[in-house]
Amino acid sequence: MRIDRSPEARSASLAVTVVIAIGAVLMLAPFYWLIVASTHRTRDIFSNPPNLVPGDQLWVNLTNLFVGEGFGQAVLNSTLVATLYALLGGLVCTAAGYAFAKFRFPGQGVLFGIVLVILALPSQVTLVPLFQIMVQLNWLNTYQALILPNLALPFGIFLMRQTMQSVPDELIQAARVDGAGEFRIFAQIVLPTMRPALAALGIFLFLAQWNDFVYPLIVLRTSDAYTVPVALASLQGLSDTDYGQLLAGTLVSVLPVLGLFLFLQRHFVAGILAGAVKQ
Amino acid sequence: MFFPVNQMKSSKLQPATRRRWRGSAPRLTPYLFLLPVLVLFAGFKVYPYLYAAWLSLTKIIKGQTTFVGLGNYARLATDPIFYKALSNTLIILITQVPLMLGLALVLAVAFNSMLLKFRSFWRTAYFVPIVMGLVAYGILFSTLLNNHYGLVNFLLESVGLPRVPWLADPLWAKVSIIIALTWHYTGNSAVIYLAQLQSIPGELYEAAEIDGATTWQRFWHITLPGLRPAITLTVVLSTIGTLQLFDEPYVLTNGGPNNATLTIGMYLYQNGFKYFDFGYASAIGYVLTGIIGMIALIQFRFLREKQA
Repeated sequence: MRIDRSPEARSASLAVTVVIAIGAVLMLAPFYWLIVASTHRTRDIFSNPPNLVPGDQLWVNLTNLFVGEGFGQAVLNSTLVATLYALLGGLVCTAAGYAFAKFRFPGQGVLFGIVLVILALPSQVTLVPLFQIMVQLNWLNTYQALILPNLALPFGIFLMRQTMQSVPDELIQAARVDGAGEFRIFAQIVLPTMRPALAALGIFLFLAQWNDFVYPLIVLRTSDAYTVPVALASLQGLSDTDYGQLLAGTLVSVLPVLGLFLFLQRHFVAGILAGAVKQ
Repeated sequence: MFFPVNQMKSSKLQPATRRRWRGSAPRLTPYLFLLPVLVLFAGFKVYPYLYAAWLSLTKIIKGQTTFVGLGNYARLATDPIFYKALSNTLIILITQVPLMLGLALVLAVAFNSMLLKFRSFWRTAYFVPIVMGLVAYGILFSTLLNNHYGLVNFLLESVGLPRVPWLADPLWAKVSIIIALTWHYTGNSAVIYLAQLQSIPGELYEAAEIDGATTWQRFWHITLPGLRPAITLTVVLSTIGTLQLFDEPYVLTNGGPNNATLTIGMYLYQNGFKYFDFGYASAIGYVLTGIIGMIALIQFRFLREKQA
């Protein structure tokens, strides 16, 4: 595309940039406010006029949160669950995507149809039955209750099937002729070519689990099993909420995924684009 | 292809199937790769959906789960709170989704335009809200929009505007939820549009310019038709997402004031896990499924016809 250097084009360019910049300030303002609020005491957060620069109470708020409320357990739970979920879910979805993309077998159409139907159904329908299953298995307050039900994520299977189709059949065929076993072909030949898609899927799964709320709220009944969002919501529900502490906790919940996002933005966006299939 | 002599010899000794076998996988292989998914689906998807269907036909009477036929659905049909939740959800749907997708479209065109400076920086700024979890941004917005002490009302007052009862007034509570949703998801849709925009060939625009088409004509006749698949996708997905709306009202307004922000998802949750009326909650879930299926089908049909 050619670049127009006329005065009109320049003023148009300035106007567009200014409008977009104002919008960006509005988008980022809540993040700035989060930093400000998490560094003040409750009464200073809601003072009039409000504080617009960070204060010096962050350490106090964090101490209250981690020592007083045992928030560290929630961070540990979330980290473990989200990491395990991303790894196992990535593997399970990739294996299924491989089967759908690179094999022809009886029942394939029906099985893939089931994946698509489950993708479209609202998951809220399963809340009550899943709760009862977890009660019967005595799995309330456990990691497996959080990890297993959504491990076979229809979106993930769909995504990996699409991506797997780009793996050349000749590559797999050649390995078979060389006598490699089926699982070795998958692990040593197919998976390495799938790295970018695996990264995108892994980030998507991690983020989904890290931020998930309704389902964990239902199967986690004791505070030592809480994940970060459930712990935050329980702090907010108190009658005399300590907002400095609550917002410091919110900051703690945002920082890991924000870091992940800024370092791996490319994969992140790839995941969202592919993730356009789900919302 | 020629076989080496020694292989030709051995092929006489081995059955023909053995040789074909080396080029293709054993028949069971794909099922083995699918096994974990099949087991998990059976236990945590198919069984729960079927079980919920059965539950929706039952009611707990004197501690016993009792079959009541379509009783729950009949009760739902005359439940004023359900209709309230349904209309709240639909009001948020028909205002928020067009607002958000319109903004996302404008943003995507700007991000794709040579007129905008520092494009990748702005793209990141608009996209970053998506990483914040629903609970986190619910808490954040509830402090920002606090009626007495919130920053937003302070700023409004300082420029001479009246305070707004963001979370305490039935109408403004809906507006608050719409603002929060738009803040969270607009960048996401913009990125989807941007990816599609970049796939529209530049020659189309050059040819149109040579033919004397105005900027508006180019947008209307090239950009919009080129974006149709992405628009269809985002409309359907945002609609499905909004119909299932739960987290934002739960954290921001708890469905209030006076049920003004009660959504179908929240009503389902309340019945299931506050009143432990599992049958009624399951019936709500299935009615929600029906509504989602119907609306998504209509949208798909409508947007596809236009595509031709």
